Order: sequence, then structure tokens, then C-alpha cells
Amino acid sequence: MLLCLKIEVVSVKEVFLMNEKYGVDCGKTYDRFEAALSETGNDASLIIPMLQALQDEFGYISDDVILWLSERTGVFASKIRGVVTFYSQFRTSPLGKNLIRICFGTACHVNGAQRIADALCDELSVGMDEVTPDGLFSIEKAMCLGCCSLAPVMAIGDEIYGGLTPDKARKIVREIRDREVADVEN
Amino acid sequence: MTGRWQTLKIKVGLASCSIAAGAQKVYDALSSLAAEDVQICKAGCLGLCYLEPLIEVYDDEGKRFLYGNVTEKTAAEIYNSHAQFSREISKYLVSNGFSRQERLILARCGEIDPESLDEAMALGAYEGLKNALAMTPDEVIETMKASGLRGRGGAGFPTGVKWSLARASKGDEKFVICNADEGDPGAFMDRSILESDPHAVIEGLAIAGFAVGAGRGIIYVRAEYPLAVKRLGAAIKQAAENGILGKDIFDSGFDFTIEIKQGAGAFVCGEETAMIASIEGGRGMPRIRPPYPAERGLFGKPSNINNVETLAAAAFVMNNGAAAYAAHGTDESAGTKVFALAGKVQNGGLYEVPFGMTVRDLIFEVGGGVRGGKGFKAVQMGGPSGGCLPEEKLDTEIGYAALSQTGAIVGSGGVIVLDETSCMVDLAKYFLAFTQDESCGKCTFCRIGTTRMLEILTRITNGEGEADDVQRLEELAMQVKENALCGLGQTAPNPVLTTIKYFKNEYYEHIYQKKCSACACTSLINYSIDEEKCTGCTACSRACPAGAITGAMKEKHIIDTEKCTKCGTCLDRCRFGAILVQ
Repeated sequence: MLLCLKIEVVSVKEVFLMNEKYGVDCGKTYDRFEAALSETGNDASLIIPMLQALQDEFGYISDDVILWLSERTGVFASKIRGVVTFYSQFRTSPLGKNLIRICFGTACHVNGAQRIADALCDELSVGMDEVTPDGLFSIEKAMCLGCCSLAPVMAIGDEIYGGLTPDKARKIVREIRDREVADVEN
Repeated sequence: MTGRWQTLKIKVGLASCSIAAGAQKVYDALSSLAAEDVQICKAGCLGLCYLEPLIEVYDDEGKRFLYGNVTEKTAAEIYNSHAQFSREISKYLVSNGFSRQERLILARCGEIDPESLDEAMALGAYEGLKNALAMTPDEVIETMKASGLRGRGGAGFPTGVKWSLARASKGDEKFVICNADEGDPGAFMDRSILESDPHAVIEGLAIAGFAVGAGRGIIYVRAEYPLAVKRLGAAIKQAAENGILGKDIFDSGFDFTIEIKQGAGAFVCGEETAMIASIEGGRGMPRIRPPYPAERGLFGKPSNINNVETLAAAAFVMNNGAAAYAAHGTDESAGTKVFALAGKVQNGGLYEVPFGMTVRDLIFEVGGGVRGGKGFKAVQMGGPSGGCLPEEKLDTEIGYAALSQTGAIVGSGGVIVLDETSCMVDLAKYFLAFTQDESCGKCTFCRIGTTRMLEILTRITNGEGEADDVQRLEELAMQVKENALCGLGQTAPNPVLTTIKYFKNEYYEHIYQKKCSACACTSLINYSIDEEKCTGCTACSRACPAGAITGAMKEKHIIDTEKCTKCGTCLDRCRFGAILVQ
């Protein structure tokens, strides 16, 4: 069983190297993979920190990354995938350019977090955990951003916005969208 | 320059919550403004979240002035007033944020620059470790037992006893682990301690390591706390560079190192055995105890796990003696507890109070009561594992035994105040949705039991509740409580059980009258316009995202309830109080 999987994994890497030979840009991705892990060890107990480093690099954990990691550590790909899907930090698809995290901690909940979420989903015409078609925004729930006295709160990137109303939240997102669109036009 | 402000020093609180409120901008503004010989320093969190950003000015006579809700503009005013005229601006001063607090664990939080080892040591950091290393491990454990300190993570297990179990376990290698996976939504005391006084936690962990005979410590921090991780990492490095961690600490022959492990977002990892599975690199799922981690823990070795606040308290005990700690609080629950007050409370923040204070005093004296003059309805203590208390239980003294008799718990210390606009059924649903989502899925009772309970609560709040739903909820709750594998499942039904116990009528109102008198359950409310009050200003109809409001200028408006999505935008926009919610 171990042998089978090993062979399959090695062949995946070979496929990518072959693709590179024929001009498909996968080798560079593999280099980025190697670079992201240059400071962590290879031990199986380090799977979570390795995945964290890889997600920092790629923005999400792709199937390729899982297979490469499996090859590197000797841990079954299925087990790594199990870890990826268990923890809410890991994503298996790319994010929008601006990540909106709406806090759903208790203080925000009782102060109307759901109304903020509804307003933003309406404003951007997307659902929770989705990406807008233009790739500009993703919306996620966050469990407590830890600034309860500013509730309700959301974070866009690293910036935190507190004391929100549905209107204020819409306005903030509109401003970012306008700025992004203007940047593209320039 | 005859030095009127030569020794002027301004401290800006820079923890996650202060930065969210704009403290970094204030710090930057002051830094660019200040003359060369004025010190602008960083500090941690004072716990007065509702007043953030906070700055503290030390004048040339050593007097201190604390200012709250500072903006870039008022910061400049305050600076100029002190720098040029040596005068405070009294209208911005904070009065009386600390009455009735007994700050033992938080003593250095907000006082020191969390990135400075010297400042921490000037205020007593690592004195406790020195004292411990001068004793035998058994003496340290006896001191902990005498202090009466109990685990602050929620379960309240006596810390000294826990250490003695790990010490008694045979093993060539042992671990001590600090549980900083603070996942309760609405609790942030561990984050605040890690961000504001990381050395207290390092010291406590080293003392625990010495007491149980472990050479390696691990701090498992929630991934959502990047600033805490950064400051903790810097503090560990400083400690190691100064011989406080590493080989032969303080010439005692004791070797100890600490590493940080970051969690990846799973509430269940706050449970000891799940945390161990996560540190080992797998899915964070709990396992049956016994064997307890004290016998077989991380990598199969004896391990001792303590919460952040417990370790900070252990450092205090070793520094000041067991009696000094036990002098606070009650016989059954010794010492102090840090509570995070949030929700509909006036003065939201982090407060350290002695056990034995009543819940009423905590909310109304320390927390300043309910915000916006609304009526008090309930207080939720202990997060998803805890329960709600109604008005008539407010005189309960805060303590492990007294609180658990009511159905609430001390827990990790999250306190959410609820007013008359909060629906208790909705709150029970909120917590259950949280635990259902965070259930790891290993045991059937938690996985399926919480799902079924959530289904029932959802239909009740949707106005589709059935006659015996409350009874069904209670039966399921008891099953899950008795049979779930770990603490997450065993305590998950608590929010439901306590709301049924104290607010049964609200459940009945939802089920039989299809009504939510708090107007929180959107399926059960309707928006309409009070014709008497409507001036026909069109503010609401222009704002309505669903186009559900019609009416010409200066004529009465009407809401089409078919189209209305109940988003509440009109309610925010109307300046005449003409929007009715029923």
C-alpha cells in the first residue's frame, strides 16, 4: 500500500517536471513549494506548520501541494488531506483579493452580525465562503476577532472596522471596490 | 530648554483590541510629533476596552494621567498641553476604571512594554522562578496546593494536584504544555495576557516544568492571535538570550526550553487530548481518558497541560507566596479570576476580580450596567460550555461550586450581558450552532445529538416549533451530556438547558404564539410603518435594498411584506421612529 502510493506520488512530481520541459509552468510552482518549506523540518509532527507555510505562499492548499508534501514527509496524502479539511484555517480553493471576515463572536452576534453579513452578501451578490466573480472579494465568518467592545466588527485584510451598521459596511466595501476598479483602469 | 518636559513620557496601549480601535495611528501621530527627549513607549492592554485607544502620560513629577478614546487629534492636544504648559486636559481623563479590581495576574499588563524583558523584570518577572528553583519540586507543588489555585481553563481542577500527578508518572522525558487555544467566542483574557505580559506565562511554564520534571515546554497558541505569537516569540528569545531559558537556569542545574505551536482553527483543540493529537501533527480529535495526559500524553510521554491564566497565576504564587494568593477570593475558590465583559454592557473590557464578588457587582459596578439605558435580561457566563443567569440569580457569588449550582460556570471567564432586545432561544441556537460546527465528529452523541438539537432550535426560531419540542430538547440534551466523549460534547447542551430552565416562557412563546418579543428572530417579525410618524421623507424607500418600500415624497410610505427581507436598513435610516418592528 505504502509502495503503491509512493510510486503514484513520485509520478505526479515527474508529470510536473515533464510539463515544465514542454513549457508548462509547474516547475516554478514546485520551487515555490520547496522555498516555503526551507525553514521547517521534515518530521511528520510538523505537518500543520508546513501546511501553514504553504498556505502563506500559495493562498490555499491545492491537491498538488498535498501530493508533494506527502512525498516529502512520507505521510499518506489521505492523512494530510484529513488534516487540511479538519482545521478551519486551511482552504482548498483560492481566495478573492480582499478577504472580508465578519466576526460572529458572541458580542457581535448579539449586536447584529447577521445583519452585517446579509447586507454584504447582498451588496456583493455572493454567499458566505464564496468569491465574487471578479475575484475582488471573498466573505468568511470569523469566530471572534477579539475586539468585542467594538461589536459588530469585520476585518478586511488586516484592517479592522468596528461599530458597524449594514449601511456602513456596504459603504466601506463599495469604497474598496471603486478603488480597485479605478486601479485597474489606470 | 530648561527641561519642563524633559522627562515627559507617553505610553500608548498597543494590543490587538487597541490597534483595532486605532491605537497604532495614535502612536504614529505622537511619535512624529514628539520632541527628541520625549519618550513615546508601547504598552500592552489595560483591559478598559471601551475606552480604547488609551494613552498614559507621565509628567516630570512622576504624576500619571490616563486618557481614553484618544484620536490622532486629541493625542496632539494632550501632548501639546503637557509638553508646553505641564497641564492635563481633564475632559479627556479617564476616571476610576479600576475600582473593585484586584489585579494580581494583570498587574504588569498595560504597565510594561511587552517587548522589553528589562521592564518586566523591574516589576518582578522571574522572581517566582528563582524562588521555585531554590526549592525542591515537591516543595513547589506543596506551595501550589496551599495557594488553592485551580485550573482557569474551565474545569477548575486544582493545579497543585495536577502537577503532583505528572510528577509521580514515570518517564525518561516529560512535557509541560501551555494551553493558549482560547476558542470561546467572547473570551480574550489569554490573548491579552500573552500580548501584554508574555513573560508571566513563560515564567509559569518554566515553574511547571521544574515541578513535574519536564525539560521541554510547548505553548499551543490559537492561529487567530498573530500578535500574541509574535510577542511571545520575542519574549522567549529574550529569555533564552539572558539565561532564563536553556541550560542550567539561574545556576540551578535545571534545563528548560520552550517552543510555540500554532493551532489551525479548531475549538475542540482546547481539550487536552485533542490538543496533543494536534501537536503531534494530526486531526485534533480527543480520545478516551484514562489514560490521562499525566500518564500518557504528548508522543506517549507524561505531560502536564495548564491554561495561560493558570500559569500566570502560578508565577504570582511562587513570587509572593501561597498565602498572598489565598488571601484573595474565598476558601473554596481562592484568588482572582479575569473576566471578559462584552455584549450589551456599558464598560466592556477585561477585569480581574476576586472570587466571592457577586455576579451583580461584576456587571453593574465593574461593568457599569447595561448599555443605552435598556433593561437587563440575562448574563451568559462560560461561553458555549456555560449557561445563562436571569436577574434573580445575580446575587450568586462568583465561585466554582456556587455558579455550577445555577447551571452557569466560571469557565474561561467570558461574560456576555444581554438586554431586552436579546432573544434567549436565538442565543441558545447561536451557541449550539457553534458547538455543532466545531464538533470533531468522532463520537455519535456529540456529532448527531448536537445536529438534531440544532434542527429543533432552528425550527422553533423559524416559527415552525412543535408542541413537545422543549421536552425533546431536554431529553436529547441529557443524552449528549451523559454520553459524549469529551468536554466539548458534555457541556454543549448547557446553553440550551439553562435557557429552558430560566426562560421557558420564551420557548413557549416562539412555539405556540409564533412570536419573538425580543424581535431578534427574523422569521417571526414584520416591519411596518407608523403612519402617524411617517413624514414621507423617502429616506427609507431610497435605502431599501429590496425595493420593498413605496410612497411618494411627503406621503405616507408602505412596506410590502412580501418583498421585505427584514434587513433593518429602514430602521437605521428613519429619523422619526416611524418604522415598527413586531
